[in-house]
Amino acid sequence: MTDASLIVTDLHVEFSGFVAVGGVSFDAHPGEVRFLIGPNGAGKTTCIDAITGLSRATGSARLGDRELLGTPVHKIVRLGIGRTFQTASVFDELTVLQNLDIAAGRHRPWTSLLRTRRGVDPSIERALEETGLTAELATPAGILSHGQKQWLEIAMLLVQDAKVLLLDEPVAGMSQDERTATGELLQRIAAKRIVLVVEHDMDFMRRFATRVTVLHQGKVLSQGTVAEVQADPKVQEVYLGTAGAATTAAMAVVPETVAAMHQPEEN
Amino acid sequence: MTKLKPWISLGGIGVFAFLLLGVAPLVLTDHWINNLGKYCCWAIVAVGIGLAWGRGGMLVMGQGVFFALGAYAMAMHLTLETAGDRIPGFMVLYDPLAPLPAFWEPFRSAGFTLLAIVLLPVIVSGILGYALFKRRVKGAYFAILSQALAVALATLISSTIRQTGGDTGLSDFKYFFGFVLNDPANKLLVYLIAAGLLVVCLLAVWQLYRSRFGELLVATRDAEERVRFLGYDPANVKLVAFVASALMASIGGAMFVPIVGIITPAEIGAAASILMIAGVALGGRASLFGPALGAMAVGWGQSSLGSTWPDGWTYILGLLFIVVILFLPNGLSSLPARFAAARRSPAPPPPTPAAAAAELEGVRS
Amino acid sequence: MHVDALIAPLLNGSAQGALLLLAALGLSLTFGQMGVINMAHGEFLMIGAFAAYLVQQVITASDLSIPVALPVAFVVAGLFGLLLEVTIIQWMYRRPLDTLLVTVGVGLILQQAALHIFPSQGVPVEKPSWLDGQLSILGYQWPFRQLFTILLASVCVAALAAWLKYTSFGRRIRATVHNRDLAETSGISTRTVDRLTFFTGSGLAGVAGVAASLIGGTNSQMGAQYIIPAFLVVAAGGIGQLKGTIVAAWAVGVALAYFAYWTTGSLAQVLAFILVIVFLQVRPQGLFTVRTRSLV
Ligand SMILES: Nc1ncnc2c1ncn2[C@@H]1O[C@H](COP(=O)(O)OP(=O)(O)O)[C@@H](O)[C@H]1O
Ligand SMILES: [Mg+2]
Repeated sequence: MTDASLIVTDLHVEFSGFVAVGGVSFDAHPGEVRFLIGPNGAGKTTCIDAITGLSRATGSARLGDRELLGTPVHKIVRLGIGRTFQTASVFDELTVLQNLDIAAGRHRPWTSLLRTRRGVDPSIERALEETGLTAELATPAGILSHGQKQWLEIAMLLVQDAKVLLLDEPVAGMSQDERTATGELLQRIAAKRIVLVVEHDMDFMRRFATRVTVLHQGKVLSQGTVAEVQADPKVQEVYLGTAGAATTAAMAVVPETVAAMHQPEEN
Repeated sequence: MTKLKPWISLGGIGVFAFLLLGVAPLVLTDHWINNLGKYCCWAIVAVGIGLAWGRGGMLVMGQGVFFALGAYAMAMHLTLETAGDRIPGFMVLYDPLAPLPAFWEPFRSAGFTLLAIVLLPVIVSGILGYALFKRRVKGAYFAILSQALAVALATLISSTIRQTGGDTGLSDFKYFFGFVLNDPANKLLVYLIAAGLLVVCLLAVWQLYRSRFGELLVATRDAEERVRFLGYDPANVKLVAFVASALMASIGGAMFVPIVGIITPAEIGAAASILMIAGVALGGRASLFGPALGAMAVGWGQSSLGSTWPDGWTYILGLLFIVVILFLPNGLSSLPARFAAARRSPAPPPPTPAAAAAELEGVRS
Repeated sequence: MHVDALIAPLLNGSAQGALLLLAALGLSLTFGQMGVINMAHGEFLMIGAFAAYLVQQVITASDLSIPVALPVAFVVAGLFGLLLEVTIIQWMYRRPLDTLLVTVGVGLILQQAALHIFPSQGVPVEKPSWLDGQLSILGYQWPFRQLFTILLASVCVAALAAWLKYTSFGRRIRATVHNRDLAETSGISTRTVDRLTFFTGSGLAGVAGVAASLIGGTNSQMGAQYIIPAFLVVAAGGIGQLKGTIVAAWAVGVALAYFAYWTTGSLAQVLAFILVIVFLQVRPQGLFTVRTRSLV
């Protein structure tokens, strides 16, 4: 079992002098829904960026005996590591089926690219059922609801046959029922895969996490089961205690998502 | 409906082919056939631009380069064919004893010339595209660099008058692969080849657009980084589209030479490359027929208004860029859908361009 | 070989680089701010040159007219830029690549209008007599004209840098470039900042136009030849990086001069272009970069 695990040791990410992640270690194994929590700016997204090759990092991130740091993005994906983004990013102009078809494509020979799609892959059908999107098969992804887009992203990871799913705030902006549905979906998926969820929503975390790592200012603050972490005074101080669960949940969703949507204009 | 759509397009290509190859030769005078042939050449280039820019999000502002590769390869062959055993006239003009430059020599062979028309643009665009896309140069950077290349090539040709004819270009071709170019029947033949090639190019992009590759290309245009996270290398996807568009530009250039009878650096530089974009924008960058039809319309404007009323034509061209891109980013071909949408819902949706998101991403290079 | 044969390209190239820098300075400001290439920037430069000519029609003493023309060209070109921002560009912030094409159209119209208003062969701009002399450097007679271009570029760079650094408006511009949303939420009117940036950037093109009119011809085509080299300079320097733009402009100018010295003027252009492509191959982000979050 250990050789299929994701093991991150002493991860460091720096942005021109600013240490966003300063020596983070954690591991995740198939069969558990692993949570990474922490206040805004704690470095959660940056951890995922580093693991998936988007940000340059030092330290080590291994899947089995394969070192991920330093490998190009698309090659990391081909090792079976998939991720979603804080802002749902699907191909708006393409239909749900086309989105999934592209995600499934990396297992096909390149010659299949030149042909037209005939019928629906069984893997795509399964993923659609799993995520409850079967009825939206021909809908352009751009007009899906926010929650549906996030499910589509998860479905894309499923057809990709990712062994590791790194999900960045998958329930942001979802209703309570949708959250429950998503949580149950994640539990089902996690049976055979590694699922790592970045979340702000404490309630969601409490209900579905098997183990939790709390980040604060780029460092691991606490690690353990939900109960252990919640009992940790350090965590209560920086995260739960001072801000209070309600405020944390409220502030979690809004500012970051908005900021991320406008990123392009930044430079 | 979605199942039917590609076949409607195919029918459209059929009708278009029938009009170009069947009806036009019967109803048009020799003069207009020749003009139509010229528009077909620009349309071939435009189909490629539609593929690269409309579907792939790469604003190719320097297609003049690949147009030039095809055109000059063809022109050198026709010049040598016309000169026979002697040195081409314009070279003798500067130096009666000048030997034929070495790079001209292989173009005596018809086979080599045809091969060059296909391979040169593929090699050049392949190297350039690989270098740029792998380093994630995109958006405005890519656009300006490609245009810079066109300017550089035009400058180079202008300044090498002894080897390339310079600003006066290459002209006075008498033969086209053994056929006498002056003969109206042969001129019609050349036209038919150009029109036929246009139809072939349309068929090629039709198949590309409905293939999985077409979907992947659109996905890459709209969210390149996302595609990378699905395990593809977007550089390769873009490279294929870019090389295909370069090949089409070269074919357009090669046919331009026997039809128009002259090629000069003015046909390939910045202004000419921008003109090639204008038609695509007008017709609709991402549609199947838009680029070709738009290019034919702009081509007609350029060769008729451009000579009878040059000042006015420049203003029209400038306004065309402003009005179309500002208000109708998907060109005239998006009008029917817009009207339909307007009729269905009283408040029409805001004019979001297809590629908006992609281009936002694009500029950040 | 004489020393002056080696030093001449260096000095000429430095002056050429200074002119490029003037042309690129405004472009780097607007491009850095909005990620938009204004392809009519070259035409704003042309407007500056024609403004210098018109000033000379009023103030005939060329010794005086050029110093007057500089601020006039700045304001006139700046106003054209402002007009462009208000009428067109502000509607297109979400479509930068399309803006590039729209401004191509604007450039075409401005060129054609200049052709209508002024004689097609161009107009003469008198050089002031105080630019007539030469400075002797290691036996090479360096024209004052070139020195003046370098001086002008230095003054513009210094003024721009000081303005960005020390005035509150400059700070707002930098804040907006750095993080538009944060700037907005902290009460900066990004609309005003955009307009002011555009005014200043276009105005700098006008100043460049005055300098260009003293060196080459003043005609409707003059702007078109600057836009691509100016952009290459901005790209090679790194977006929004003043020092990068300076170094890149100087390097391109000097490289052009040496290439032209060894080969021919047009081959030099081709070589300089290849140089920039190869450079961007090694450093796609340009000489200097600010690392920012790149995805999502
Ligand atoms: N590309 C980047 N450049 C500079 N700073 C960054 C970059 N990416 C993230 N940061 C900074 O790193 C810190 C951690 O960010 P992030 O990982 O997004 O936090 P979280 O996801 O936990 O809210 C933040 O202070 C953020 O501003
Ligand atoms: Mg985050």
